Amino acid sequence: MYSNLKNFSSQIKRGKPSKVLKKKDNIIFMFMCFPLLISLIIFSYIPMCGIIIAFQDFNSRDGIFGSKFVGLKHFEFFFKSQDAWRITRNTVGMNLIFIFAGLIFAVVLALMLYEVKKRIFTKTYQTILILPNFISWVIVGYMMYTLLNPAQGIINHLLESFNMKTVAWYSEAKYWPIILAIASIWKKVGIDCIIYYAALMGINHEYYEAAELDGATKLQQIRYISIPFLIPIITILTILAIGGIFRADFGLFYQLTRNSGELYETTDVIDTYVFRALKNMGEMSMSAAVGLFQSVVGFVLILVTNLIVSKTNPENSLF
Amino acid sequence: MGKTMVNEQVILKKETTIKQSKVAKKGLKKHKENILIHIIIILACLACVIPFLLLISVSLSSEVDILEYGYRLIPKNIDFTAYNYILRDPGQVISAYQVTIFSSIVGTIISLTIMAMAAYALSRTSFSYKKQVSFVIFFSMLFSGGLVPSYILITQYLNLKDNIWVYILPSLVNGFYVFMMRSFFSDLPEALFESAKIDGANELRIFFQIAIQLSKPVLATVALFGVLQRWNDWFTALLYIEKQNLMSLQYLLQRIMKDIELVRQNQDLFPELSQMINLPNDSLRMAMAMVCAGPILIVFPFFQKYFVRGLTVGSVKG
Repeated sequence: MYSNLKNFSSQIKRGKPSKVLKKKDNIIFMFMCFPLLISLIIFSYIPMCGIIIAFQDFNSRDGIFGSKFVGLKHFEFFFKSQDAWRITRNTVGMNLIFIFAGLIFAVVLALMLYEVKKRIFTKTYQTILILPNFISWVIVGYMMYTLLNPAQGIINHLLESFNMKTVAWYSEAKYWPIILAIASIWKKVGIDCIIYYAALMGINHEYYEAAELDGATKLQQIRYISIPFLIPIITILTILAIGGIFRADFGLFYQLTRNSGELYETTDVIDTYVFRALKNMGEMSMSAAVGLFQSVVGFVLILVTNLIVSKTNPENSLF
Repeated sequence: MGKTMVNEQVILKKETTIKQSKVAKKGLKKHKENILIHIIIILACLACVIPFLLLISVSLSSEVDILEYGYRLIPKNIDFTAYNYILRDPGQVISAYQVTIFSSIVGTIISLTIMAMAAYALSRTSFSYKKQVSFVIFFSMLFSGGLVPSYILITQYLNLKDNIWVYILPSLVNGFYVFMMRSFFSDLPEALFESAKIDGANELRIFFQIAIQLSKPVLATVALFGVLQRWNDWFTALLYIEKQNLMSLQYLLQRIMKDIELVRQNQDLFPELSQMINLPNDSLRMAMAMVCAGPILIVFPFFQKYFVRGLTVGSVKG
């Protein structure tokens, strides 16, 4: 009797439910996952199967099942065109600039914010710094327009007042890498800064006190305490970013350049190219092929970066 | 004897003054460093704020002033023509607001419910298929079929083109938020669930009556991100919306940048306006931008706490 009771109580403690109960739970759990799974199947997995149209001459009359199969024709066409190199270079190049410039700005800003000890200041600064994150690229495009408008824009007026030549910004492709980089950093630095700042706040203060007692300067403290603590989170965010290096921020490249054809040389990226091929030219299969190229390379990149990180520094890897 | 004593005292005094001045110097140096840091951060903040001020300023300038002086950070004369114009014929703006508010609120509620339920199931150790379900979610985050297949699916097979639900249905699930909520749920004390089970509650009831009640912070965070993302959405409309009464705010704004006539389509109703020479163009555009962006800029800083929490939770390995 007593041992039975003991058994029973230990069962409760271990939380091992009976098989019937477990089965019932599993049904409820599946029921809870059901809407999410349906949604994923319709809007993620069926489109994944739809990549087959990249290998067809798709037309909407015949549909996916009736269109003619043409193999790698669209890929060949795309990779033989000049566009392939241009849009790949722009996408990867600009993303690399965004990732590393953004990283430096965000970390430096976070380190500085960490030195500000008064709470009211840190709060205010944070609030202001993430303000740009709350608006859409459309509105950033408006702001850019007030700055760069050739006739009335602020920048050209400033140039005029210094007796310098004004620039027709919306038709000079060479300036745009830097303009886009500034815009991207402007919009995103606050968020990243706050992430790093939060990581810094998690550091035990005794490290700094000990370092100070040993006579370490502020810079040494940053070099040997703050930065090492930031490395894991920097690694994770950078892996994620590098995994997405083939995916451009469509809004940035579409809205800020006002989709101006004269700027394509430096601002046309995979996403804008796919969009134009789809919406303006109606070349479904062609743009599906480019989209597939983007997805596959992006997927491989994520796996590879993660593999590298998990080999060198397993704790920081993503999966 | 006495002399040495005095000497010693002098030396001691000197030493202490030296020490004090050293401390003072160090303090001063620290102070200077701090001021420098403040100045740099304030400059960064100014860089963040000035574009907003610029928008406001242009929206408050008259067309004549803009043509004469260009855009200015501080308007020469404050002029509300542009805002009056929008208020006179707000039909387009109101319908865009309705579309955006509907898609933001309804979309976020549905999306949050779906994701939270799944996240809860995934957080429970007794769920036998959690590995498989997690993988299905995770893989959808890593790989996608691209824009074109979804476009064809949505326009030709689901008939969601020019349909309000196109704002909501395709973007219901975001894997990041699911995993973020899952990790929050799994940190809740197990004993709570066990005692509820012993009292005879099933998992669905535990979810709605216990887990949700205890997870308001993370739910609020996900909801806020959801609202923000939907409020700022223009891409969906760019792809799928042609009817004017279904345009979202941001898309309307984008169209106005290209085609100011969109706001003026009803100008035959106000013939006296179309005869005016100085119809506001640029200021009207910027006023529209303020009307569209204003609410979110005013509301969201109050919820900053939740944003910061979401960012820091979301960046931790799931």
